[in-house]
Amino acid sequence: MASPTPLSTDEVRRVARLARLDPGAADVERYCAQLATIIEYVAQISELDVQGVEPLTHPGLPADHANRLDHDDPQPALPLQALAKNAPAMEGPFLAVPKVIGGGGAEGA
Amino acid sequence: MAWTSSGIESVQVIAEAVRRKRATATEVVAATLERIRAGNGPLNAVRETCDADAIAAASRLDDRIAAGEDVGPLAGVPIAVKDNIAAESGHTCCGSRMLEKYRSPFTATAVQRLTNAGAIIIAKANCDEFAMGSSTEHCAFGAVRNPHDHQRVPGGSSGGSAAAVAGGLCPAALGSDTGGSVRQPASFCGVVGVKPSYGRVSRYGLVAFGSSLDQVGPLARNVTDAALLLHTMAGVDRRDATSSAESVPDYLAEINTPIEDLRLGVPREYLSEGNDPAINEAIAAAIDTFRSLGTTIVDIDLTLTRYGIATYYLIAAAEASSNLARFDGVRYGRRAALDPGASLEALYARSRSEGLGPEVQRRIMLGTYALSAGYYDAYYKRASQVRRLIKDEFDRAFTKCHALIGPVSPTPAFEIGSRSEPLAMYLADAYTVNANLAGICGISINCGYAQAGASRLPIGLQIQCQALDEMTMFRIARMFEKQSA
Repeated sequence: MASPTPLSTDEVRRVARLARLDPGAADVERYCAQLATIIEYVAQISELDVQGVEPLTHPGLPADHANRLDHDDPQPALPLQALAKNAPAMEGPFLAVPKVIGGGGAEGA
Repeated sequence: MAWTSSGIESVQVIAEAVRRKRATATEVVAATLERIRAGNGPLNAVRETCDADAIAAASRLDDRIAAGEDVGPLAGVPIAVKDNIAAESGHTCCGSRMLEKYRSPFTATAVQRLTNAGAIIIAKANCDEFAMGSSTEHCAFGAVRNPHDHQRVPGGSSGGSAAAVAGGLCPAALGSDTGGSVRQPASFCGVVGVKPSYGRVSRYGLVAFGSSLDQVGPLARNVTDAALLLHTMAGVDRRDATSSAESVPDYLAEINTPIEDLRLGVPREYLSEGNDPAINEAIAAAIDTFRSLGTTIVDIDLTLTRYGIATYYLIAAAEASSNLARFDGVRYGRRAALDPGASLEALYARSRSEGLGPEVQRRIMLGTYALSAGYYDAYYKRASQVRRLIKDEFDRAFTKCHALIGPVSPTPAFEIGSRSEPLAMYLADAYTVNANLAGICGISINCGYAQAGASRLPIGLQIQCQALDEMTMFRIARMFEKQSA
């Protein structure tokens, strides 16, 4: 099992990047200490013998375990207008984002 | 008006009065809005009231009642809805700057079923940001305070819902329970709170935190009200494939059935010496009450209880890191203002770092870490295996007893600001997270008080039953309530 502590600033930055977060330097320091404490605590599950135990990812009842199939009859979707009200930036009927293809990037927001 | 002078009434009393035309829904709504205006200030339980929509809904109900229509068992009952449950009335902010201006274009199934039965959404209740917390201090719109002692937390994350009911602002509220977030604030505030079995209530419209753990549950002033609300909300929903297809029993029909035929298990691990002594005393007294009701009390070992918090925080954080990826500053929510030429990656990262609070970011990072290459097997996979062991242990326990009884929390309400270390806060959930991991149901009901200076702090008794056996849970809670009245 991977050693839980200590967590380096590089490691915290790597995890933040994976999570699409951009913490400042002071936040990184704080997360190093806090995450190390939490990870050290949760690592106690390594004490238990789980050899051959099937992971439980969903606590549904046996009767509900099988995938539920539904008829393929389309229902009305929410109108674009209703959804667009919450969008931070639109261009016509489209969500506006910085340019993705071709590098550089266009206007942010 | 009777509705302002004689104290807040129960769900059933209000519905009965409105149905029998002794009061109008309009009067009830007006009185409730007045109560919230007068009482919410020091509590901060409610983030916003839904005045216009509530008044309009009440007027429509009154017209239908005047026309002789049966508008349902919750006629005119004002309900506060936790801020992470979607409703077209008001905003759905999840206690977060990220969604400060978000208005849901749809209503959650649980809420819709209540309003279809005559209930009226009166307010949105504050909560810990994205339901991540055990104190409702981690709310972008300010900490919520406990009506029993304003220097103390109401519990969390459904602290606003619990404080609104306990503070007499409204007769009932909806919360959500991912690791104890209905039961623990119900315990701290001295109201009834229900965490339904996984799948009992549709999660459609509940903003996802831990999808294999989340359930919407009612908070109310008594057991019967809570049972009526759950009965109204529960049942299969085409919009949530994890909602159970099992039929919903009529809880109210059997809720007053005596319980002398039942065996109640007391997990030794729940009566730890680490608990506040007042908690253990109150639970011991509750056990005596159950003996006097004729039940058989048996000792149970739940030796995996102590691994619950570790298992839960890994699984909940992993699911949260995935669920909260949707908040990217593109489709809804906060978008960071960036310089021209900034990349899409920068837009995601800046928007998320600006919009999400520290506890949410911490859990996203913990979950990302637990799911990342090199750590997955040691953390997420192993936690999922321990989760099965915990569920198996509950299954074995329920072959020896019909229900498990014990405390909701190791302590009564703690002081605001006293648990600044994240791990210390997590430990508040030691007796509640395992029900979510196993998918079973649980209820919190007041069983006494702890004296702290001039304050009397409520203590919650937890009753846990097998998945989908809410009927037995309600019967036990109702008989206890009756006996202690």
